[in-house]
Amino acid sequence: MYLPKMMMALFLMQVSVFAQAQLRIEITQGGDDPTPIAIVPFNWSGAGLLKEDVANVVAADMGRSGQFRPLERADMLSQPRSSKEVFYRDWRVLGVDYLVVGRIDSVNLASVQTSSPASYGLSYELMDVRAQKPIASWKIAEVKDLRAAAHHISDTIYQKLTGLRGIFSTKLMYVSVVQQGSGEKVYKLEVADADGQRPRTLLESSEPIMSPVWSPDGKRVAYVSFAGGRPAIYIQNRFTGKRIKLTGFPGINGAPDWSPDGQKMAMVLSKDGNPEIYIMDMKTRALRRLTHHYAIDTEPRWTKDGAALVFTSNRGGSPQIYKVDALSGRVVRLTFRGSYNARAQTSPDGHDLVMVHRENGQFHISVQNLQRDLFANLTKTSLDESPSISPNGSMVIYATQHKNMGVLGAVAINGSIKYLLPARHGEVREPVWSPYLN
Amino acid sequence: MKKMTSNAKFLAALVLGATLAGCQSQPTEEAVDTAAAEVIESGTHEVSGMTDSAVKSQEELAAEAAQALLAMTVFYFDFDQAIVKTDAYDVLQAHATFLSTNPAAAIRLEGHADERGTREYNIALGERRAKAVEKFLLVNGVSADQIETVSYGEERPVEGGHDEGSWAKNRRVELVYK
Repeated sequence: MYLPKMMMALFLMQVSVFAQAQLRIEITQGGDDPTPIAIVPFNWSGAGLLKEDVANVVAADMGRSGQFRPLERADMLSQPRSSKEVFYRDWRVLGVDYLVVGRIDSVNLASVQTSSPASYGLSYELMDVRAQKPIASWKIAEVKDLRAAAHHISDTIYQKLTGLRGIFSTKLMYVSVVQQGSGEKVYKLEVADADGQRPRTLLESSEPIMSPVWSPDGKRVAYVSFAGGRPAIYIQNRFTGKRIKLTGFPGINGAPDWSPDGQKMAMVLSKDGNPEIYIMDMKTRALRRLTHHYAIDTEPRWTKDGAALVFTSNRGGSPQIYKVDALSGRVVRLTFRGSYNARAQTSPDGHDLVMVHRENGQFHISVQNLQRDLFANLTKTSLDESPSISPNGSMVIYATQHKNMGVLGAVAINGSIKYLLPARHGEVREPVWSPYLN
Repeated sequence: MKKMTSNAKFLAALVLGATLAGCQSQPTEEAVDTAAAEVIESGTHEVSGMTDSAVKSQEELAAEAAQALLAMTVFYFDFDQAIVKTDAYDVLQAHATFLSTNPAAAIRLEGHADERGTREYNIALGERRAKAVEKFLLVNGVSADQIETVSYGEERPVEGGHDEGSWAKNRRVELVYK
């Protein structure tokens, strides 16, 4: 009896030396009439080569938004270092509307004694090519993480040009599953940058991990773990790794969702014999039951104002989306199209409902406008699930199947751009977009 | 399969005090609905094979038939349904009889769903299925203390394919003797 356990331990040790489920981006559908922009390679005044190509990261960010089309570097006629060196004609002939130039200076060299990494100062400018003048310029006084700096630059440029806050510095959380040669599966909860790079493992288990969610401040996460042979809801500090078991009732302990003010946790428990939605006060741990129906009630998600939750119920005979008032418990049905609508989330402005919708036996990610009778399928693939809306409401990340593997997909909420984020190893599922983290 | 074999051994030791040759018939893709019927059939083959060399009493034959039923521990369901199929009744009745006459024995009912639809909804569906099997056993004299239920939803498929043949095998409740 002890031998299999020891072997399991060895497997886990071997697995942990594997790379995390590194994601790479494959754009499958371009944006709808994207604005041409050129991100000129940033001028590096120091010695040696930098670890990150900042302009390249910015260009990829802008392209992934679907709203911009970055100019290929090879097509650039010149590489100005500042707005003073720009010949607007060079860019107008290339059909570019906006131009970004910048420079990187060394602030502190890396120190072996204090083991502190090098730090840099960055400055960059945004120009309107048609109007032939600079629009804005920015400075980052000192930064160690050039990749994070590049995403921050993308955020400022995107916001200046669209008026919408950028999501390039946000993160994605997801569950990765790698099947070992022995048939054993290793489940990991991982967090990566919004472009799928730099994944970090928060938790590793030989039992399923499900339903991860972020705390509103992004510092903690909640999830369901089957370690111990039964589901339990845990919350874990993302930086210290410290975790606590929030619930471990008999039956289902599932679908946690933090209230927008961080004070409460919605969840599904079946301890009273049937899956019902409960709200836990995070200070007192007191539970309040919100739904009372013999049908399945699950997948609660708070609306952004914290006044209500949308949830899935088959009380009408098939799974549909309902909304329940967080105080009164009053329930109204929201979806009437088709016989399977589940796992809904409302957009930050409260106008849209994004969900899993079945049509002709296929499961798509769909969006329903709650004010007008508008409904659209965002995806055309057949086993799409777990949609999660970006904090600025512009994108939806979801899980799908691609080449017989579970992968992540992202689609603009207006349907314009679509890209896949397959893992380099194994499968990925249940993506959740972080809130703004800065 | 692993679970079924250890169950079979456990039961064999209790019922007959002998080892049981693994009765490991799995439903075929075409005949998932007749899973229980198939099992009874293969159980009969086994019995007739053994009678070649020895004449058995009626009691022994009955015990062997019951044991063949008890070796079947997986029950299948239709899409988005949690209704125990009638062709599983004989097998479940055999488990109910065994459990009610052996109050020290305890089981775990693990409910599962296929990959279609959402994960938490499938957890609820898997629990419904486990509870449907639990209810059948309770009605047939098993004590609630002997049964534990858990739902894995779509998290632990036995088949990885994305087609009806795989889905039919994944929509199941596994009865595991503890």
